[in-house]
Amino acid sequence: MNAVAFQALWSHWRRHKVQLATLVLGLALATALWSGVQAINAEARKSYDRAAGVLGQDQLDRLEAPGGVTLSQYIALRRAGWDISPVVEGRLSGDDLRLLGVDPLSAPPQPALTALAGDSAALATFLGDGFLLVAPETAARLQGSDLPPRRIAADVPPGTAITDIGTALRLLRTDRLSHLLIRRQQAMGLTPLDQITDLKRVTPTDQSSLAQLTDSFHLNLTAFGLLSFAVGLFIVQSAIGLAFEQRRAAFRTLRALGISLRRLMALLAVELGVIALVSGAAGILLGYIIAAALLPGVAGTLRGLYGAEVTGTLSFDPLWALSALGIALLGAAAAGAQALWRVARMPLLAPAQPRAWAMASGRMIRMQTGAAIALLLLSGLLALWGDSLMAGFACLAALLIGAALALPVLLLVLLRLAGRFTRGPLSEWLVADARQQVPALSLALMALLLALAANVGVGTMVGSFRATFVGWLDQRLASELYITTRTPAEAEAIRTYLTPRTDAVLPIWSVAITLRGAPAQVYGVADDPTYRDHWPLLQAQPDAWDRLAQGDGVLINEQMARRDELSLGDPLTLSEGWQLPVVGVYSDYGNPQAQLIAGTDALATHYPDQLVLRFAVRADAAQVPALITDLTACFDLPDDALRNQAEIKALSLDIFDQTFLVSGALNVLTLGVAGFAMLTSLLTLSSLRLPQVAPVWALGVAPRQIALAELARTALLATLTWALAVPVGLALAWVLLAVVNVQAFGWRLPMQLFPGGWLWLGLWALVAALLASAWPVWRLVTLPGGQLLRVFANDR
Amino acid sequence: MLSARDLTKSFSTSEGPLQVLRGISVDVTSGESVALTGESGSGKSTLLHLLGCLDAPDSGTITLKGTALQDLDEAGRAMVRRSRVSVIFQQLNLIPSLTVAQNLDFQARLAGVLDRDWQHELADRLGLTPLLARYPEQLSGGQQQRVAIGRSLAIRPELVLADEPTGNLDEATADTVLDLLIEGTARSGSALLMVTHSPRLAARLDRTLHLQDGLVQ
Repeated sequence: MNAVAFQALWSHWRRHKVQLATLVLGLALATALWSGVQAINAEARKSYDRAAGVLGQDQLDRLEAPGGVTLSQYIALRRAGWDISPVVEGRLSGDDLRLLGVDPLSAPPQPALTALAGDSAALATFLGDGFLLVAPETAARLQGSDLPPRRIAADVPPGTAITDIGTALRLLRTDRLSHLLIRRQQAMGLTPLDQITDLKRVTPTDQSSLAQLTDSFHLNLTAFGLLSFAVGLFIVQSAIGLAFEQRRAAFRTLRALGISLRRLMALLAVELGVIALVSGAAGILLGYIIAAALLPGVAGTLRGLYGAEVTGTLSFDPLWALSALGIALLGAAAAGAQALWRVARMPLLAPAQPRAWAMASGRMIRMQTGAAIALLLLSGLLALWGDSLMAGFACLAALLIGAALALPVLLLVLLRLAGRFTRGPLSEWLVADARQQVPALSLALMALLLALAANVGVGTMVGSFRATFVGWLDQRLASELYITTRTPAEAEAIRTYLTPRTDAVLPIWSVAITLRGAPAQVYGVADDPTYRDHWPLLQAQPDAWDRLAQGDGVLINEQMARRDELSLGDPLTLSEGWQLPVVGVYSDYGNPQAQLIAGTDALATHYPDQLVLRFAVRADAAQVPALITDLTACFDLPDDALRNQAEIKALSLDIFDQTFLVSGALNVLTLGVAGFAMLTSLLTLSSLRLPQVAPVWALGVAPRQIALAELARTALLATLTWALAVPVGLALAWVLLAVVNVQAFGWRLPMQLFPGGWLWLGLWALVAALLASAWPVWRLVTLPGGQLLRVFANDR
Repeated sequence: MLSARDLTKSFSTSEGPLQVLRGISVDVTSGESVALTGESGSGKSTLLHLLGCLDAPDSGTITLKGTALQDLDEAGRAMVRRSRVSVIFQQLNLIPSLTVAQNLDFQARLAGVLDRDWQHELADRLGLTPLLARYPEQLSGGQQQRVAIGRSLAIRPELVLADEPTGNLDEATADTVLDLLIEGTARSGSALLMVTHSPRLAARLDRTLHLQDGLVQ
């Protein structure tokens, strides 16, 4: 009996193949976008763990010092009996490579190094001429580079090379070690470290710092994936709803023929399950393709934002595929729940007259409006009083869902208003007909609204961020040249050389401290107009720079002020016996940590041993190229030691643009899904529109005019949806800038408006809607007259 | 006024072409009312569709006051439907998204011949004045057909074609609707050609044409 009943139910899909394709594609798209984002996140997290786990750095304590560890400090500790291993770490900017120099004989066990231990010839070469151990993808990227020879080691993180410490010191042109790893097992009776060295002992945190840093980014990506999933589900719900409505008569007949309600529901659930599994499988394939296409962009973003190296290629994980199937099933269940519930409540003798499922009743629209108002209020409350990142995202979700639910009623109001200004029977019909179509098209229009609002919101956020960032860079990078030296002696020599040849040589130096339990960096700045005139202060006391110069105050970055709720005048203890009031707050975009600025003299007094290895140089911009040539020649400086202002700005902007590549790609994908939702809804509707169109045709309106009217109706609805999406998008941008950003990164950005972008988006929405309606309209108006006449026939 | 000569029309079906009209000829004079009767499948509705420019004949000629309808293209046929011939179907005549008032004057405004006084008179005589703000779905079947009659007469057409306009109505309502249709066409000076299965209703018109196997008997 089950098989026969199932066949009867399934026969619907055999006769409505386009509808079935819509449903499968909608669910596959939703699954693909969601699971694609999950695959990217999983791949990135795997890379962080690999990076954190190199040489056991995520587990072993380390000794370090600002400016690095000298060889003599290392040797002294070894002589004292401590089992420690030296590490030198740096970036080879020309090759965009993180270089890790180790001593293979004392380094903690590492698969790549273990292989060396069993091969004495290889070990000898590693220690002698030297070679780099790199991951396969890194080796491919480095082809043609003049670095030492490379050997493949699968366990090395992407973008990283492991080499002997001597080779690393040579390549990085330094004589200092970055840190010393302390092995867990040590001999008994050793002199405690704090008695024999002034190096600082640092214990690794539980979670990889990269994973912590990038959490917000991945949360953002997940939110986008969820939005795309929701947009895809609109298509699915619309298709399932229509199919169920069209089969009301069949359901009634099956029940009249002795199929119990429970059995009918079970068969429908099985049918949905089969469709979900097929769609899920298609979604996995599509998701893999999307993730593989987006991953290089994400890798670029993560490298730019956090310096995190993520592999650019995607591996296939069966667990991921299973979870994608799970999400497809869940999505189908969520989208089909309403339809199943209605079948469950349908009386046995319910009228079999098919009524378009999507034609929501006035009661349904009233309920939607009520829910929309409640959600928008909730969103407002969360925006005002929410105090966490989750509250920020909940605020976003409530705003978007509330706006989507409010869309039908707002469109009806706008169309009613438009109706007052229309003249002529055809335009009156067009507006009246558009009003009647709103409930049927509401799901597709909601999807379009969400996609457009996300575009406006993210576009405004990125645009505001970029404009602010460019202005901020101009202020912060006021000096013409930035120099990084390798040793104090070199620093002093360069300073002496530059002083008579330039306007000012400003030291850039900092001390890492722990402030209120969190790491912070204190910079010392000289009393110079460069800072007084340019530094981007958000709030300051009138005499802030004077007090800073006198050692009577400290400036703090915005994220620290927000995180620790510090205001001007609040006292801050920087170290034991050194307390200063906050005299100003400055913007510091892109920095995840707390940062402070104190006067040079005050910092030197409290940290007399701190090395000054970096300088900012004020000089005539025209002289800078010659200065760079002279400095390079005189001091044999490496390529990355000298950076001019334009170079740093270009690099910063490049990193910035990379950062938002993925957001842009997901934006386009979401808009594409919304366009597909429009197409499927219009296609479905075109078959239900005959009773509306046939009388107009019979009264003497030519098919061409009807086609134009149909296109105009779609354009009208898309334009009104766009007009409503703009304020929703701006609200979204405000929440992103003023709530989510503050919670995620600790800084707030001023919002800027880009009306040109909205107009472009509106144009695209219009084009997408017209393209989506082109086929259904063409199908409708090329129907033979006989088909239209059947509308009036008695046997209908 | 209307003269149709040797009309043929066939439709392709899965079993091959189906010849519905086999060279039919019909004449209707101005102001005349004619009933068209016949078994199901005899070609009544097809003939009506050809006369109403809703479809084109395979062969034969249709002349409406000197205009050869069979030679018109789709735009020309649309023009005839808009301003010279009105068609009333058995159901679904009205545009669901427009109110009764908007449906009533829709065709007249399309044709550019809206006459407000005539419109008010029609609404009054058809008893539609209290229903003007309603939508079609809020009307009974009889009320919907009265709106369709009002709309078709609003342009004072040369010919009203009605395809079983009372087929879905009970007897009393059917009589009322037919009264209004006959009176309305007489007042607007239109000829009436009405398809019906009912000999009783057919008897109330000036004459009857009976169709069988695609030919007038």
